[in-house]
Amino acid sequence: MPHTSAPPPAAPHHHNSLTRIGWRRLRRDRIGFAALCIVGAYLLLALAAWSGLVASHWQDEVAHPYAPPTLFAGSAPHHLELNAADIDAADRRATSAAALDGSGATGLSADEDPLAADMAAAQQQAAQYRGAEQTRADSLPLGADQRGRDVLQKLLQGSATSLQVGIAGALLALGIGTVLGALSGYFGGLLDDLLMWGYSVFTSVPDMLLLLAFAAVSGRGIGTVVLVMAFTSWTGTFRLMRAEFIKHKGREYVRAADAIGAGHARRMFHHILPNVSHLLLVQFSMLTVALIKYEAILSFLGFGVGVTQVSWGAMLAEAPAELLQGYWWQMLAVTLCMSLLVTAFSLLSDSLRDALDPKVK
Amino acid sequence: MNPAPPLLSVRKLRVSFRDEHGHGAEAVKGISFDIPAGKTVALVGESGSGKSVTAMAITRLLPEHGCHIDPGSEILFDGRNLLAASRRELRGLRGGDIAMVFQEPMSSLNPVFSVGEQIIETLMLHTRVGRKAAQQRALALLQEVGLPAPERKMRSYPHQLSGGQQQRVMIAMAIACEPKLLIADEPTTALDVTIQQQILQLLAALQQKHGMAVLFISHDLELVGQFADEVIVMHHGSIHEHAPVQQIFEAPQDAYTKALLRCRPHLDRRPARLPVIRDFLGDGCYHEPPQRQRGYQADDRVILEVQGLSVDYHSRHGWFGRHSQRAVDGVSFTLMRGRTLGIVGESGSGKSTLGLALMRLQQASAGRVLFEGEDMLALTPRQLRACKRRIQIVFQNPYASLNPRFTVAQILTEPMLLHGIGCDAAERLQLAGDWLEHVGLPRKALARYPHEFSGGQRQRIAIARCLTMHPEILICDESVSALDVSVQAQVLNLLQSLQDELGLSYLFISHDLAVVKHLSDQVLVMQHGRCVELADADTLYAAPQHPYTRQLLDAIPQGWPH
Repeated sequence: MPHTSAPPPAAPHHHNSLTRIGWRRLRRDRIGFAALCIVGAYLLLALAAWSGLVASHWQDEVAHPYAPPTLFAGSAPHHLELNAADIDAADRRATSAAALDGSGATGLSADEDPLAADMAAAQQQAAQYRGAEQTRADSLPLGADQRGRDVLQKLLQGSATSLQVGIAGALLALGIGTVLGALSGYFGGLLDDLLMWGYSVFTSVPDMLLLLAFAAVSGRGIGTVVLVMAFTSWTGTFRLMRAEFIKHKGREYVRAADAIGAGHARRMFHHILPNVSHLLLVQFSMLTVALIKYEAILSFLGFGVGVTQVSWGAMLAEAPAELLQGYWWQMLAVTLCMSLLVTAFSLLSDSLRDALDPKVK
Repeated sequence: MNPAPPLLSVRKLRVSFRDEHGHGAEAVKGISFDIPAGKTVALVGESGSGKSVTAMAITRLLPEHGCHIDPGSEILFDGRNLLAASRRELRGLRGGDIAMVFQEPMSSLNPVFSVGEQIIETLMLHTRVGRKAAQQRALALLQEVGLPAPERKMRSYPHQLSGGQQQRVMIAMAIACEPKLLIADEPTTALDVTIQQQILQLLAALQQKHGMAVLFISHDLELVGQFADEVIVMHHGSIHEHAPVQQIFEAPQDAYTKALLRCRPHLDRRPARLPVIRDFLGDGCYHEPPQRQRGYQADDRVILEVQGLSVDYHSRHGWFGRHSQRAVDGVSFTLMRGRTLGIVGESGSGKSTLGLALMRLQQASAGRVLFEGEDMLALTPRQLRACKRRIQIVFQNPYASLNPRFTVAQILTEPMLLHGIGCDAAERLQLAGDWLEHVGLPRKALARYPHEFSGGQRQRIAIARCLTMHPEILICDESVSALDVSVQAQVLNLLQSLQDELGLSYLFISHDLAVVKHLSDQVLVMQHGRCVELADADTLYAAPQHPYTRQLLDAIPQGWPH
């Protein structure tokens, strides 16, 4: 039985807004709070990577190609690398073999070969670099990729990209869904019909197909990925917000706002929106998870971020070829890193939903 | 005194709840009482008194989590301690020997099964009869509870029945297995007054016929007076008085019981100020203030004149079709400055729609609303905004009408901001605090959120929000209906003193005829969207003209017949 007639308990100095109560509930939920900490840590890392504090040199080739992780340096499959000396030796063998043959069957003398001058120049240039070749590491904490780039650095940079894409896409989708849903639910009538038709058209096309179609048309790059994903994933938020606004517009507090003379925009965004904001927060965390996964799929299929950028999907795209040769470390690192974030984000959504639901008191 | 052992005896029942911060609160503080076989015992109290918790403890329906029943408590039913019974035993008892009827019939019935199916299920679970026999018995039961056309109703789904019919089905289900004890938790609170009387009579007849004991839980002392053998008055988890019904009404011993009896408005009294609980808890000597005279006077000035107002509701029908239903049908009345016009009617009579249409919160389809000669319905939106300030509304549910995300300060300053009252934020805050004190709340409540207040306090905040705009007309749409009787008296007193002080004109909409009579100068009775009677309050109550008005007046619970 609700203690309605009892006087409110003597409250401390600050009073309890619903948000503060929600935050306190979330703090008490151990799993939810742990998930929040993990997500927070990822965000900090992503911020650091984005601002160039860490992993800004992820493109440097600092190790031998496919250098194994330090822990598994002994047991990992070994990669045979050809260096300049090997090539020279092979060249010499070929020339001497030709000389032994005695026929000189190449058929062209130096004067006749139109490429001879270019070849000579190229060889000279190559000789320049040969001297400058830096020493490369034999192993790295998380190993190296095909070009000898540090997987750890790629992972940090990739996390930043994936999170950036996921969060920006989710915010944009949320914005579109909320505004359209609010208009549709609040005003109803013809506007609602029109928006619902548009919505139905969007949802009648399979998500992935729509995503790929957009991506194929608009080229590669982070901006494109964000736009493409936002345009395809606003529908869930739209439906949710439409239903909430239909529900709330008839509530007495909104009627009361109408009675005191508040206009439509004020009622929609000043009165109703804060009352559905907890749903938006949950929706945001779910969308972010979904979009991080979409981005991975898009990049894996080659429609994602550009070639000069790295994301989890782009890293995973390199995995099939590597796995065939037994180089497992890049895929394992990405998978673990992504699973941890996705799981934490999902748990956080659940806890947020419980903590922020005004009905559960 | 009573040689036969009682059917149910509750001994030293203590129930406490633990909230999410881990603070315990005792809801029931060691109460003991008996229910003799075949008698009706009423448990009366306001919300938070622990009456429903007691009922739920008897049926063991309290949540396992966060709720603690003191191990010293005992609830003996036919000699068996229910608190120590196994789940299996309990399942046999609930719905078998002990049956319950709840407040909300709509939410107590399963919406996806036909009502016949639900009664048959109960029967087959508890009496081991075949489906055929159960079907026959279900039909007989529906006949017994007075459902019209029971064969057809067997196949109906809950939403196809009216509230009263749903409650009849609930009662049929409850008496299906010939229970020894029927627990009725506010069974008529959600129903209209006329339906309420029918259900009460049905319960009384069934109780006589089957010789059941009934535990009747209600907040309304007058209601149980005509029905109960014994009355238990509870307050804050303990029993204040337990006596035969006659003694409760004629010679109440406890101050709280006396207060409960007096703070409800009465049809034959109209004190200038209603007594509140505090008047009785002090030295115990209460003198009723002089009676107030009501009615429009010849020199009153008209502030609002409504002519032939109609409202239609449109609903969609198929793709392009539209369905319209007339909710208010050509209602006309006049409101005088500084006076109160009461509007009574049952649910669906269009009384709330009328109030909303006057404020243009609902589109009217015909008629004129002349506010000091100016037609409100013809105003452009821009003109309307300026006019809105002068006519304000206090809604029924104080839990729903305040935005839960706003502080009281935000709630009170927003209207001033919108209407340009007060020159800056500081002044508006000052004014908000003044109004808050005016309605009897401390200024420091400004920083709080609505959920930190009780229902009555919230209604005060809602009233203060209207007052910040200096309205001339206040529409009270069932504004005190959701409140406990003692709180209701306080809010009614507040409304009255505000009218005396500020010269407000009220449109007081309510289903409660006693409350309407207390506050109104003139009363308008509505039925099916039409005005069936409009007269001075005293005239109407003394000599009702229309049969519907008479029917409404007869249905008012009269308490113990004097």
